Amino acid sequence: MSTVLKSDSKPGTAASTASSIKAKQSLGTRIRRLNIPGGLGGWIWLAVIIIPVYYIVITSLKTSEGYFGQNPMALPTSPTLENYQLVIEANFSTYFMNSVIVTLGSVVPTVLIAFMAAFAIVRGKGRYLKFVNGVFLMGLAIPLQATIIPIYLMIIRLNLYDSLLAIMLPSIAFAIPLTVLILSNFIRDVPNELFESMRLDGCSEWQTMWRLALPLTKPAIVTVAIYNGLHVWNGFLLPLVLTQSPGLRVLPLGLWSFQGEFSVNIPAVLASVVLSTLPILVIYVLGRRQLVSGLTAGFSK
Amino acid sequence: MSSTTSHRALPGTQKTRETVKQKSALPWLTLPALFFFVVFAVIPLLGVLVLSFANWDGIGAIGAAGMENWTSVLSDPELYNSLGLTFMIMIVSWLVQTPISLLLGVFTAGTQRYRAALAVLYFLPLLLSSAAVAIAYKALLDPNFGLAMGLGLPFLAQDWLGVPQLALGLIIFVIAWQFVPFHTLIYQGGVRQIPKSLYEAAQIDGAGTIKQFFHITLPQLKYTIITSSTLMVVGSLTYFDLIFVLTGGGPGNSTRILALDMYLRGFRANLMGPASVIAVILVVIGLALALFLQRLGGKDQQGSQLEGM
Repeated sequence: MSTVLKSDSKPGTAASTASSIKAKQSLGTRIRRLNIPGGLGGWIWLAVIIIPVYYIVITSLKTSEGYFGQNPMALPTSPTLENYQLVIEANFSTYFMNSVIVTLGSVVPTVLIAFMAAFAIVRGKGRYLKFVNGVFLMGLAIPLQATIIPIYLMIIRLNLYDSLLAIMLPSIAFAIPLTVLILSNFIRDVPNELFESMRLDGCSEWQTMWRLALPLTKPAIVTVAIYNGLHVWNGFLLPLVLTQSPGLRVLPLGLWSFQGEFSVNIPAVLASVVLSTLPILVIYVLGRRQLVSGLTAGFSK
Repeated sequence: MSSTTSHRALPGTQKTRETVKQKSALPWLTLPALFFFVVFAVIPLLGVLVLSFANWDGIGAIGAAGMENWTSVLSDPELYNSLGLTFMIMIVSWLVQTPISLLLGVFTAGTQRYRAALAVLYFLPLLLSSAAVAIAYKALLDPNFGLAMGLGLPFLAQDWLGVPQLALGLIIFVIAWQFVPFHTLIYQGGVRQIPKSLYEAAQIDGAGTIKQFFHITLPQLKYTIITSSTLMVVGSLTYFDLIFVLTGGGPGNSTRILALDMYLRGFRANLMGPASVIAVILVVIGLALALFLQRLGGKDQQGSQLEGM
């Protein structure tokens, strides 16, 4: 045993390659042994996830005769898009546009100002920056719901009640702590030599931030943008409390009102659910890797 | 002050002069973020404490109420019902979600192709809003046109939203359905950071799969467990959207958790003062839980996590 370990410490020798192959093989058997209970559990959870999703999609494609007449889990005999048409004609596009405006209007400023703050916290020194970092870390534990009444009061006093801006301002504030945390973790990973060489070239911190830190942090920025976007897109309480006109409803609120309007037309309600999720699905398909890897990097560091 | 700084910088090299410059420039970059955060998060946080001592119906003038809101809320049995429900859902949700997320995290961290494919599907619920999930589950649970009929499982045909215990069980299930994917993601990342050499060493020592799981995977995931649990426990105070759309707090008050109690008192009964009292309680519980869980993790998380590498 000890000889194997010894040779392992000398990289490049024939013995070490042999031992690493051995290790790989045994790692393979380890996973293969786990396979049966692990795989079973994995497939069960897949069923738990997929069955409701399947039901939502197929029901949204059914006519009301199909919905009332067929087995609920059967594929629609005559699939139709009439539910989608009904939903789109019932103000869906307005809700959709409102959601797009609120999401972009929250995410873009959040990422921009959080990036600047994160850069300063990582690159700078001193009590003030430590204090700011501490404030943001504490902010992670503030539940948004608990502050909704003063936010409501402030928004009324600022004459912003019943506007999309009313949703954006608190959304930005509550997205900042986590965004700063994730971005500063990424900026901390930039090798110090790079900053050093920028400095020797005579670049100011401001130039270093845009020319060096920003390009290198791009994957993390995409990640936090998607993460925050998801939260704002799906947010319910802020729009519920801070707006009231039907013309200013964002999608989750729109879904809720559809549910009241079409309470007898379940396929139409589910079509609205699918439609509201489609844009997020597209982003998930395109940016999944960045979303997944970035999120875990932010949390496990 | 400025004369001393320049005096000090002069005899030094180019370097020290520039570090002095950096020190003065960088803090400004934090101002926009700090401004938004203070105005729309910190001030409301303090404001809620102030409003808990005020009389306000949400529209008219705000008046002083003294201790009135606090005494009335603290003597209201509804508060203790909400508190009990909140903690119950928090604990049961943690007990349900943590083992599932941890095991799924280990499972999806494997390198096999089919696991990667399953992982893509596992994360689907992350894409849905709570409102969408609640609405979809209402349709799913229809006894005649939902899952029970579709799968031929009559025991699923219950009055899920009409019986208190069933409604609670349903909420815990739907919460798990919606949030396990996120925590799976966190655990998956945690597992992937465990050095392979640890497993290789354990293999040489002849440790089996189960031993490896308990002696390597679990201890190595300590900080991941704390991170995930903190997010889960603090997050459980905010299951508002889902419960609001799914049950509205009913039947009766059987699913009226604190956040919902606050909303109903404030925006339905127009009693912003008592609602603010509930909000303060929510904040205190949230901060206390977060601090407690941080303590569990030890003070220097980042340093100790690097030690294992």
